[in-house]
Amino acid sequence: MKYIDEFRDGEVAQHIAASIRDEADPGRRYHFMEFCGGHTHAISRYGVSDLLPDNVRMIHGPGCPVCVLPIGRVDQAIRLALEHGVTLCTYGDCLRVPASDGLSLLKAKARGADIRMVYSSADAVTLAQKHPEKQVVFFAIGFETTTPPTAVAIRQAAALGLKNFSVLCCHVLTPSAISSILESPEVRQWGTVPLDGFIGPAHVSTIIGSRPYEFFAEEYRKPVVIAGFEPLDVMQAIRMLIRQVNEGRAEVENEFSRAVDREGNLKAQALVAEIFELRKAFEWRGLNVLPYSALRIRSQFAEFDAEKRFPLDYASVPDHKACECGAILRGVKRPQDCKIFGTVCTPENPVGSCMVSSEGACAAHYTYGRYKDV
Amino acid sequence: MSEGKVRSGYVRPLDLKHGCVDMAHGAGGRAMAQLIAELFAKHLGNDYLGQGDDGAVLPLPGEGRLVMATDAHVVSPLFFPGGDIGCLSVHGTINDVAVMGATPLYLSAAFILEEGFPLADLARIVQNMAAAAREAGVPVVTGDTKVVERGKGDGVFITTTGVGVVADGVAWSGRNARPGDVILVSGTLGDHGMAIMAERESLGFESPIVSDTAALHGLIAAMRASGADIHVLRDPTRGGVATTLNEIAQQSGVGMMLQEKALPVKPAVNAACELLGLDPLYVANEGKLLAICAENDAERLLTAMRAHPLGASAAIIGRVHEDPHHFVQMTTAFGGKRIVDWLSGEQLPRIC
Repeated sequence: MKYIDEFRDGEVAQHIAASIRDEADPGRRYHFMEFCGGHTHAISRYGVSDLLPDNVRMIHGPGCPVCVLPIGRVDQAIRLALEHGVTLCTYGDCLRVPASDGLSLLKAKARGADIRMVYSSADAVTLAQKHPEKQVVFFAIGFETTTPPTAVAIRQAAALGLKNFSVLCCHVLTPSAISSILESPEVRQWGTVPLDGFIGPAHVSTIIGSRPYEFFAEEYRKPVVIAGFEPLDVMQAIRMLIRQVNEGRAEVENEFSRAVDREGNLKAQALVAEIFELRKAFEWRGLNVLPYSALRIRSQFAEFDAEKRFPLDYASVPDHKACECGAILRGVKRPQDCKIFGTVCTPENPVGSCMVSSEGACAAHYTYGRYKDV
Repeated sequence: MSEGKVRSGYVRPLDLKHGCVDMAHGAGGRAMAQLIAELFAKHLGNDYLGQGDDGAVLPLPGEGRLVMATDAHVVSPLFFPGGDIGCLSVHGTINDVAVMGATPLYLSAAFILEEGFPLADLARIVQNMAAAAREAGVPVVTGDTKVVERGKGDGVFITTTGVGVVADGVAWSGRNARPGDVILVSGTLGDHGMAIMAERESLGFESPIVSDTAALHGLIAAMRASGADIHVLRDPTRGGVATTLNEIAQQSGVGMMLQEKALPVKPAVNAACELLGLDPLYVANEGKLLAICAENDAERLLTAMRAHPLGASAAIIGRVHEDPHHFVQMTTAFGGKRIVDWLSGEQLPRIC
């Protein structure tokens, strides 16, 4: 495939690997967090860590949309479908996220709830158009990448005058998650999570641009290299991070210049600003309640807000006692450090959210890398 | 014939243009007899089916052992580029018999029809089924039809059972993979699953992806005739090559190492998989097989496979080794290593 195979070339990978080995100072260790699940998946899927020297370690970050979704939000979606009888549409990864009472959206579907997997928010709008007798709710999750399509769906529903379409908005913001990690005591005070730099998001950055990361580079003295989701992008970003560390720089650099610039997609940003506003607080799985870290639908579009259309109180639900997803999402623990990893918690019967999506750290390690643990 | 009079003995035939299946077609009465006569017997007809009894009386094969396999087909959509549920239900069961090393001889077919299903569609399905059986030289010798109420089925479900005979001395089994053995695949991965997926999601590719559904007993006969020491033969249907290899690794108590660069995948299938976030290793095939054979015979087997039209793109894709954990691993084209795990959850719903 043109424009894809070039970024998966094994020979080029060997060249970059050689230069990483040359440039990495054998006298020190490098710890980089790849923020996005897309990077986590690429690293595991292509065996990128096999090409890195021992003193360069990748830490999986929280940038997996379904991983950071708290149980309480999935519970709300299930209640909408089971108790309010709505047709609930969502992205495929969401279906298996464990919720309360041993349920997930998939299990609720087996109990008779009308739950549909869609590839795009537009499919949910089409469904509402086709079935005026049904209330259709789009369970909208994800970071800045999936927010503009939700905004488009709401605007489209408004233009069509749809009375049976609404959105359960759980969109979250990347910079808030990065702040939360950098402010965590493990990174700031105790130093138990050594962090020398970030691989910055690919698709998120196409929307928000590279500018929002400048604060982290300056304020926290952490280099950020924005990188694409192909394995060569990741390798190149690691080389750029090593150079910054070696030279004592902490800057925002852009490896993904074929898609990202400093300002991002202004049109998408304007659209998002038109439909959404900041929530004062939002609970994340693993990162707790973070101020101004998520979006809600503006009151002007309240009729499309499922939280206003249906009586839906939010109740926070703690994770399973033995589940380490929280610590794994903060980079404090690795999947294989969790006692139930691969035994009680598997992709077939996930206990925690990180075992659900292929972008989740636990699922990626279980699916692609667990041979290294034995 | 004057107006208003009907030729004596005339029975109005099934309305194959506008008619639909109704409950009477499954009630055991005249309507069912008519459906069987005008559709099933007409197209699938042969001497055994023509016996018209509750079961078919068949001659005993001279020697060897019997192999029997059964497969239920519930694919949605019923018609897809390259085939339909009719030919699929013939190919799938023939392949299950044939990968045991057997020559498939007879098929049975049971239809579960949903009330309201268009007879025109049913006729198309039965015709394609008959064509597939004829082409394969394996007749449908007995059958059954049931009708369920509207909403209790999904158009049509077809269960076929196949019987074949395998020579004494041929003992292919998923338990027989040995360290050192070589793994071969007969052609490109994922064609069937992606054909279904593209159709279902109306992906609208410029050149449609066509299902690979095919009966493999001819190819398998050629492989057997090559004299290569074959240990395992499987058709990687649901769950794809990855899942089938994991089953074999588990059954044989071995590990495997694949070479990603060696995997044959059509560019269109690769692109569609990329678009939908799927991996061709996990996508279903309906006309492909995996063979595991002794190291020294791999080239000979590969040559025999490539000489057959259904094995033209055959390739050696990996090796078997000792591994107490029974992992199937892969050297990625990128140069790293990873596990090729069992399929978890469902990648594609209702594909066969």
